[in-house]
Amino acid sequence: MAKHPTPMLDQLESGPWPSFVSDLKQLAEARAQNKEGVEFQIPADVAEDLLGILELSYKHGRTHWKHGGIVGVFGYGGGVIGRYCDQPEEFSGVAHFHTMRINQPGGKFYTSEYLRNLCDLWDFRGSGITNMHGSTGDIIFLGTTTPQLEEIFFELTHKYNQDLGGSGSNLRTPSDCIGQARCEYACYDTQAMCYDLTQEYQDELHRPAFPYKFKFKFDGCPNCCVASIARADFSFIGTWRDNIKIDQKAVQAYIGGEIPPNAGAHSGRDWGKFDIQAEVIDLCPTECMAMDGKTLKINDKECNRCMHCINVMPRALRIGDDRGVSVLAGAKAPILDGAQMGTLIVPFISAEPPYTEIKETVIEPIWDWWMEEGKNRERLGELMKRQGLQKLLEVTGLNPDPRMVQEPRSNPYIFWNEDEVEGGWERDINEFRKDHRR
Amino acid sequence: MAFISSGYDPKEPMKNRISDIGPRKYDDFYPPVIAANKGKWLYHEYLQPGVLVHVAESGDKVFTVRCGGARLMSTIHIREICEIADKHCGGHLRFTTRNNIEFMVDEESKVQPLIKDLESRKFAGGSFKFPVGGTGAGITNIVHTQGWIHCHTPATDASGPVKAVMDELFDDFKDHRMPAHLRVSLACCLNMCGAVHCSDIAILGYHRKPPMLDHEYLDKMCEIPLAIAACPTAAIKPSKVEVGGQKLNSVSVKNERCMFCGNCYTMCPAMPLADKEGDGIVIMAGGKVSNRISAPKFSKVVVAFLPNEAPRWESTCKCIKQIVEAYAADARKYERLGEWAERIGWERFFEKCELEFTHHLIDDFRDPAYFTWRQTTQFKF
Repeated sequence: MAKHPTPMLDQLESGPWPSFVSDLKQLAEARAQNKEGVEFQIPADVAEDLLGILELSYKHGRTHWKHGGIVGVFGYGGGVIGRYCDQPEEFSGVAHFHTMRINQPGGKFYTSEYLRNLCDLWDFRGSGITNMHGSTGDIIFLGTTTPQLEEIFFELTHKYNQDLGGSGSNLRTPSDCIGQARCEYACYDTQAMCYDLTQEYQDELHRPAFPYKFKFKFDGCPNCCVASIARADFSFIGTWRDNIKIDQKAVQAYIGGEIPPNAGAHSGRDWGKFDIQAEVIDLCPTECMAMDGKTLKINDKECNRCMHCINVMPRALRIGDDRGVSVLAGAKAPILDGAQMGTLIVPFISAEPPYTEIKETVIEPIWDWWMEEGKNRERLGELMKRQGLQKLLEVTGLNPDPRMVQEPRSNPYIFWNEDEVEGGWERDINEFRKDHRR
Repeated sequence: MAFISSGYDPKEPMKNRISDIGPRKYDDFYPPVIAANKGKWLYHEYLQPGVLVHVAESGDKVFTVRCGGARLMSTIHIREICEIADKHCGGHLRFTTRNNIEFMVDEESKVQPLIKDLESRKFAGGSFKFPVGGTGAGITNIVHTQGWIHCHTPATDASGPVKAVMDELFDDFKDHRMPAHLRVSLACCLNMCGAVHCSDIAILGYHRKPPMLDHEYLDKMCEIPLAIAACPTAAIKPSKVEVGGQKLNSVSVKNERCMFCGNCYTMCPAMPLADKEGDGIVIMAGGKVSNRISAPKFSKVVVAFLPNEAPRWESTCKCIKQIVEAYAADARKYERLGEWAERIGWERFFEKCELEFTHHLIDDFRDPAYFTWRQTTQFKF
C-alpha cells in the first residue's frame, strides 16, 4: 500500500514512453522492502514522500520546494544545492532534499562497475533518485540531508576518485560531445580538451569568484550536438581550414543509389531517388559545389563548413586535415535581457594539448575583464553587449576581423579614440576663429 | 537508522581531505572498440531507427543501440541498465546529451538480441523501460529541467509534460519519416536551465501573475536592494508599509510593468509568483543550434499560453502534434522546422499549423522588437 495516494501521477504510468512515476514507485517499494539490508542514512520512505509531494503539486498547480539554503561541503562554494520542501510535517522524508552535482566523465561513457558503485553510495546515503543527466551535464544526485553531504563527498573522493561539479557563480561543469571517440566529424578531441580545462580550472569550478555562472562547452564540429553556440559563455567548435576530402567513387555510389544519403537518416519515407544536384549542390549555402561530368568539385576557399554535404554523404566527403577550433563567446538563455547566441571571437586556433594559446590569449584575459567589469549576475554576453565587442578585442589583443560580424554597422556613430585622429582633439578656438567669424 | 561515518571527521575537516580532483578521466570508461579506434572513424550509418554502425579505418565496427530514458532515474533503473550492459556489451554504456542511453556492441550478430532484450522490458505500469529509437530524421528524447520534482521557481512540471508529449510523439521516436531531425525541449521557467531557446519546438513554463508581497517577512528574508536590482523592467520600488500597526520596510511592484520573469523571486523568497491559473506553458518553434545550411536560430513564440493541465497536459500535446504534422506534411527534405517556417512565411506557418495569431506574439520587448516587425511589402495573402 502506497504511503500517499497518487491518483493524478498514476495517470502518467500508461502510454509507451518510460514512466518516471513507475520508476519512482519501484524504488519506493524496494526501499520499503530493503532486501539487501541497507542501513539507509536518510529516510527509507523518501521516494514515497517525493511522489506524495509531487502529487500535491499536481493538485495545486504549484511547486512545493523552497529556496535553497546555504549548504555545501567544506572549502567548496558549489556542487551542492540546498533544497527544502514547504510541507515538512506531511512529507518528512523529503523535508531536506539537497542536490549534489557529480562531475560526469567526458562523452558520458561509463562502466557498469562504476555506475553500481555510485548506486551503492546513493542508496546508502541518499534517496536513490538521480538525473542522468542534468542540463549542464552532471550526474545529479537528487535528495539527501545535510549531515550526509560531507560523508558522500568523502566517499566519492576517497573511494571513487570522483569530484563534484559546479554550481553558483563559478565555472560550471564543462561538457563535450562524443567527439573523436565515435564520430568521424570531430575536428578535435573534445573529451581531451574538456578534461584538460576542467582540471586546469578546478579552483574556478569549486570556489565562486565570478560575477555569475560561466559555461564551457565543446562541440567537435559545426553540427553542434551539445548546443554550445546557444548556451555556453565560451563555445569551442571544431573546424578545419583546408579542403574537404572527396572520394569520387563513393560520390558515384550515392548518385547510383548504392549508399543511402544522410547515412540512412531518412529511411522512414520514400523521398525518391537521391538527386545530388537538388539535395546537396543546390542546398550549399555558399554555392561552392558543382558536378563536372562525373567529378564533384568543391571550391573549398568559398566553403563555410556548414557540414550539410558531409552529413548527406559521409562516406564520400570527409572533414579537412588542418584542424582546430573556432571560439564563440557570450551565449546565454533569456534571463534577463533576452537570449544571446555566441559571437565568433576567434575564427581559428589550435586545439592541441596543452592548449596554452587558448588559455593565455583567450580564456584568462576575458575572465580578468569580466571579473573586473562584470556586474553582479551579469553573464559574459551581457558585458559584451554593454561594453561592446571592441572592448573584448582590446582586452584580448585580438585583431578585428570581418568574420566576427554578421555585417558591418549601418550607422556611422563611431566612437573614435583621440589617438586615432591626427592631431588629437585639443584645438585652439581662437585659431579657428581667424578663418571663421562668429 | 544509525549514523555510519565514511571516515570524515567533522572536527578536523581538512584531515585526509581530497579535493579538486575533477571528474574521472573519459578513457577510463571507453569500450575496447572505442579505445582502439578513437579518431580513426571513417563513416557511420543508421541501420534502422535507433541503431547506428560506425566503421573505422581498421575495419572495426561499433554498433550502437540507442534507447530513450526518463532523465529522472532511480538507482533500480540504473542497475538494470548495468545488468544489460554486462549481458550484452562487456559492461560498457554511455548516455547522450539528450538523456538517451546507448549500448554498444562490436559485432552485428549481437544487435538483434540486444534490441529484443531492451524492447521486452516494461515497467509495472506498462510503459517501455528502454524503447529503441531517437535517431536520424525523427524525434528524439526531450531535454528538460526539474519542474515540480525539485525546483523552487517552476511555472510548470517537467517530467510530467515530457512523459505526456513523448507518449504523443512516440511513433516518431521510432521512425525516420521527418524532413529533418526535430528537437523538442522543455524548460519549466524562464531561467531555462534547459536552454530551450534554440529548439525546433520548445515547451516553456511561464508565470502570468506579478509577485505577491509577503510584507511582514520581506525585509527579514531578503536584501531589499537586491530584489529591486533584480527587476529587468524596474517595476520594483522600495516602500514603507503598515502591517498590524507596525511600520515595515518592504517593496511595491508596478504590476503593469511586470514581465513575470521571476527574477525577483530568485533573489527574494518573500515575492512568490506561482499560481494555479496564472502559470502555464508557452510554445516556441523554429530554433536550431546546428550551423547546417542556415545559421543557428532562436525559437519564436507561436502560442502565448496553454494551461497547466496536470497530469497529461492535453492542450500542449495537441498543439505540438499539430505543428509536427504540418511540418512533416509540408517541409522539404533536410529542411528544419525553422527553415520551413521562414521559407513559407510565418503567416503561412500559422495557417498550416492551425494556430491563432494573437497580439501576444508581436514582440514589444525593447529595441530588437522593432526589427521583428515586417518592413517590406513582400507578404502573402
